[in-house]
Amino acid sequence: MWVIYKKELTTFFNNLTGYLVLGVFLTVMGLFLFVFPETSLLESNFASLEPFFEMAPSLFLFLVPAITMRLLAEERQLGTLALLLTKPIDEMSLVIGKFLAAVSLLFLALVPTLFYYITLYFLGSPVGNLDTGAIMGSYLGLLLLGSAFASIGMLASSLTESQIVAFVLAVTGCFLFFYGFYFLSGLPVFFGKWDALVQQFGMDYHYHALSKGAPDTRDLIYFLSVIAIFLLITRFVLQYRIRS
Amino acid sequence: MSVRVEGLTKIYGEQKAIDKLSFQVEKGQILGFLGPNGAGKSTTMKILTGYLPPTEGSVEIGGFDVQENPKEIRRLIGYLPENNPLYGDLYIKEYLHFVAGFYPIKNPSARVSEVIDLIGLTPEKHKKIGALSKGYKQRVGLAQAIIHDPQVLILDEPTTGLDPNQLVDIRSLIKALGKEKTLIFSTHIMQEVTALCDRVLIIKDGKMQANDTLQNLQSTFQGEWVTTVTFQGPFTLEHFKKIKDVQRIRQIHPDVIQVITLPGIDVRPLIFKQAVKDDNIIIGMQQDRRSVEEIFQKLTGSDIQ
Repeated sequence: MWVIYKKELTTFFNNLTGYLVLGVFLTVMGLFLFVFPETSLLESNFASLEPFFEMAPSLFLFLVPAITMRLLAEERQLGTLALLLTKPIDEMSLVIGKFLAAVSLLFLALVPTLFYYITLYFLGSPVGNLDTGAIMGSYLGLLLLGSAFASIGMLASSLTESQIVAFVLAVTGCFLFFYGFYFLSGLPVFFGKWDALVQQFGMDYHYHALSKGAPDTRDLIYFLSVIAIFLLITRFVLQYRIRS
Repeated sequence: MSVRVEGLTKIYGEQKAIDKLSFQVEKGQILGFLGPNGAGKSTTMKILTGYLPPTEGSVEIGGFDVQENPKEIRRLIGYLPENNPLYGDLYIKEYLHFVAGFYPIKNPSARVSEVIDLIGLTPEKHKKIGALSKGYKQRVGLAQAIIHDPQVLILDEPTTGLDPNQLVDIRSLIKALGKEKTLIFSTHIMQEVTALCDRVLIIKDGKMQANDTLQNLQSTFQGEWVTTVTFQGPFTLEHFKKIKDVQRIRQIHPDVIQVITLPGIDVRPLIFKQAVKDDNIIIGMQQDRRSVEEIFQKLTGSDIQ
């Protein structure tokens, strides 16, 4: 598993995907939070990172599929999947190794944003007047959300040889899981009776719950289950669809 | 370490890709797997490596069943897949280190350098794989297959698309590797089989056509000698058919005929005398024993490349 992990991580930074992802994420975030007046942290009357956590999922919606689209589709296209799967490694380790590499890249993208937190910490009046708990919760939520997106991206990437198709599938999948259930709950069938329940299937519901600063195990379990389910389906695809 | 295949069958949907294949290879032997394109060579090899599950039958490598002990099997075998897939954006060393990481190798760096030397990659060792010529790419493919010094080597068309010089190099490499290992390779090139193999396995449409040593195959199919005669100008075919011991005559060109006899019978003097008698001019005459190419054509009913 770590062989795969190491290779994927080096590949991210060898072919510039890694730098591109970090660069785009940090540039866009920086522009919105410090330059554009409407969303600027500096113009706001409150010392809060909320604008960051509101925007980050929409950015992840495109960035995460861009990271994951290559991971399995390229192996299929090159034929190297046959090579990997005849090495002493099982499908699950292959999937997890690649998945963890993608998550690590997301983690690396989030680390520099702690700078926003430090900025706000000193901007607060008095200094340090900041809901640290809520921010840590939000970070956890963002990382879990990114990981869940990555697991959807892995599945999309395993289904096709084309990276573009994998990207489009992954964006669609992430979008549906993030906003889809919220919109679904507005249907007349559910509205007023089941809407709260339907919303709970969506990622945004749990993401926002986590950002309140009191991590609830239910939200953790939700994200971990989603990740596990998508990775297992990916493994299943590798095992039964490709190898037969 | 022996490879034992018993009643192997693979069915894709309605189509039987391979049909009840059984054979066995021992250590130090090179088995040539011969068949026209689409005969089921690659499918069989994928099953041998455990990559594909068979529909029926079993593969045993060194006493391990491939389906039941995938991890042990994968350590024992080195596999070069069809079309030699590689990561073009990695450097040779980087790639071999990556592959070495899958196996319990004590000193990977030393082993990688050793294999680079052994395979003859030294002059190119600082290049990216994508920048290599086809011959060198093929060597990288072979290098990754032997990085863990496997007991069994399975090479799927290791010489496809190489130029004649590269061919000779890769063949001598295969020959050297085959001395200490159990080696199975597939090809649709005849000379390769004559040059390398101890045993030949010929398949067509997934069915075994022959499984024998090269010598036996040649003597079994040496049922006839063929004398090719080239004339200048007209000749009377009927007269030559009457020559003693001639079994039949094929006219393969307006000026060229092939006279077929039983082995051991040289009809060239008689053909010459007949030609002189008829006042025909012979400008060429050559006697051949049936070649591997022809055995292959006879067994598979297809043209070779």
